[in-house]
Amino acid sequence: MWIALIVILALVLVLGLWFAGAYNGLVGLRNQVKNAWAQIDVQLKRRYDLIPNLIETVKGYMTHERQTLESVTNARNLAQQLSTSTSVEARAKAEGELSSALSRLLAVVENYPNLKANQNFLALQEELTSTENKISFARQFYNDSVMKYNNQTQMFPSNIVAGMANFKASEFFEVKVEEERQAPKVKF
Amino acid sequence: MWEQIQSNRTRSIMLVIGMGLILVALGYALGMAFTDNGLAGLVIALVLWGIMNLIALTQGDSILLGMANAKEIKPSDHPRLYNVVEEMKIASGIDTMPKVYIIDDPALNAFATGRDKNHISVAITSGLLQKLNRDELQGVIGHEMAHIKNRDVSLMVWCSILLGTIVILAQYGSRMFIFGGGSRRSSSNEGSGGGAQAILMVAALLLIVLAPLFAQLIYFAISRKREYLADASSAQYTRYPEGLASALEKLGASTEQLRSANQATAPMYIINPFRAKGKAAANLTSTHPPISERVRILRSMNGASYHNYDEAFKQVKGGHVIPPTAIKLDHDETIREASDEGPLATEIGRARETSNALWNMNKYQTVDCDCGVKLRVPPGLKGQEIQCPHCGEIHQT
Repeated sequence: MWIALIVILALVLVLGLWFAGAYNGLVGLRNQVKNAWAQIDVQLKRRYDLIPNLIETVKGYMTHERQTLESVTNARNLAQQLSTSTSVEARAKAEGELSSALSRLLAVVENYPNLKANQNFLALQEELTSTENKISFARQFYNDSVMKYNNQTQMFPSNIVAGMANFKASEFFEVKVEEERQAPKVKF
Repeated sequence: MWEQIQSNRTRSIMLVIGMGLILVALGYALGMAFTDNGLAGLVIALVLWGIMNLIALTQGDSILLGMANAKEIKPSDHPRLYNVVEEMKIASGIDTMPKVYIIDDPALNAFATGRDKNHISVAITSGLLQKLNRDELQGVIGHEMAHIKNRDVSLMVWCSILLGTIVILAQYGSRMFIFGGGSRRSSSNEGSGGGAQAILMVAALLLIVLAPLFAQLIYFAISRKREYLADASSAQYTRYPEGLASALEKLGASTEQLRSANQATAPMYIINPFRAKGKAAANLTSTHPPISERVRILRSMNGASYHNYDEAFKQVKGGHVIPPTAIKLDHDETIREASDEGPLATEIGRARETSNALWNMNKYQTVDCDCGVKLRVPPGLKGQEIQCPHCGEIHQT
């Protein structure tokens, strides 16, 4: 009688400890996903800030590229508007469009040797290249975190805890269009 | 990669305990040999260790960086380096931005240090900085960030404190043997238990000679394993193993030795600062696996994930370097394309960039003259004007 009670108590204790461990593990992973998302956000904002400077610097040199410059500005404004939206997919699409508009702009820089000698422009270009890299590294880390988190919510036995405590799978940040998959190539 | 760190940690803890035992044995033996009281020696050893710990944990990183002659830079001093460090910080998912240091030395090397996860630093020599293009720099910095992420940095601090204590004790012990230790004991212990005493003396002497050696072997064993892991992480962060591979090749080809390195700090660098040229040092006393092997593994990777690194390792060396449980869910990761290097693709461009950074770090002002000459104005210059030696134009400073 006593033994049975002790065994049951011990089982409940072990189960409770396991549940707590699994729950905390899931919370940790979910927070990592959130932090990773915040990192992407920081870098995207940095890109919104850099673009007006870039346009300002480039405008004087690129007199024949009004359309290219406008498409970059438009894409930037659209992306910034959508930055408050909660849909990861819509944001990813707008950011992808901004990336490709930027890469078109940086491709035509090739035709303006004076611009390529401008110190201001070179410094901006380093910042922009690095920001593009940071965006893709942040996205990479975010997707890795989402993968880990989703695995944990779906795999047995932690999926039981995830189901009970309502841990939902997260969305990946994917760039959809083939052409947009590459960060803008900074050509010289 | 938590599982991976975990399995590594058990092994590392065993090795640290091994070093701790050597310290305890040495302290006890010294105590027995000089005061007939093993415990006294033990206490002295532990107190010394405690003091060293205290120093190391409060300012160990600054002492290390000071010893290496490293100077901290601002983002504007060397934008490319600072940006690459930040990129790798993001890719590795570390929360704090490390401080970035440059060591003004033509030798090629880099290291990471820190006392806890909020105080971390990355240092790189100016020589290496101008040798590496962006992708290669990314590979090297990725390797250093991996050391921070995998907690190697704090482990190394622990180990170097233990090693340092053992070396100090052994040095003082041997001095006591040479000057005077023996004479005091011969008067106090005359007649009683001379044979046992002699054996103890011999044992203490042996320990004094061997302890630092053993401790160093353990220290090196810890660091070697971790180099492979850091290489794997770097490939995973950058998604471009070729960057680190070609950086390592450049590092391996150089013969310049780092002036400011010493035995205790050696395992912290990306390559062993003391290696002789062309020597494949895959033996017990080397802190790092041979460079050619590391390059071959990186170049045989079919993707950029840990799983890909493990496969390449198996192909080149045989066996596993990453525990299978850590990568059972890993899939192949596509390797990205090389990045466009721009005006810094040539070594001349990068040399100029690095020397600019060094001038800035030493608080020189730069004046661009209209004739194309760059004037470097030293920080203590008297007067407000400086004349360009080329065209004679006068500039205000």
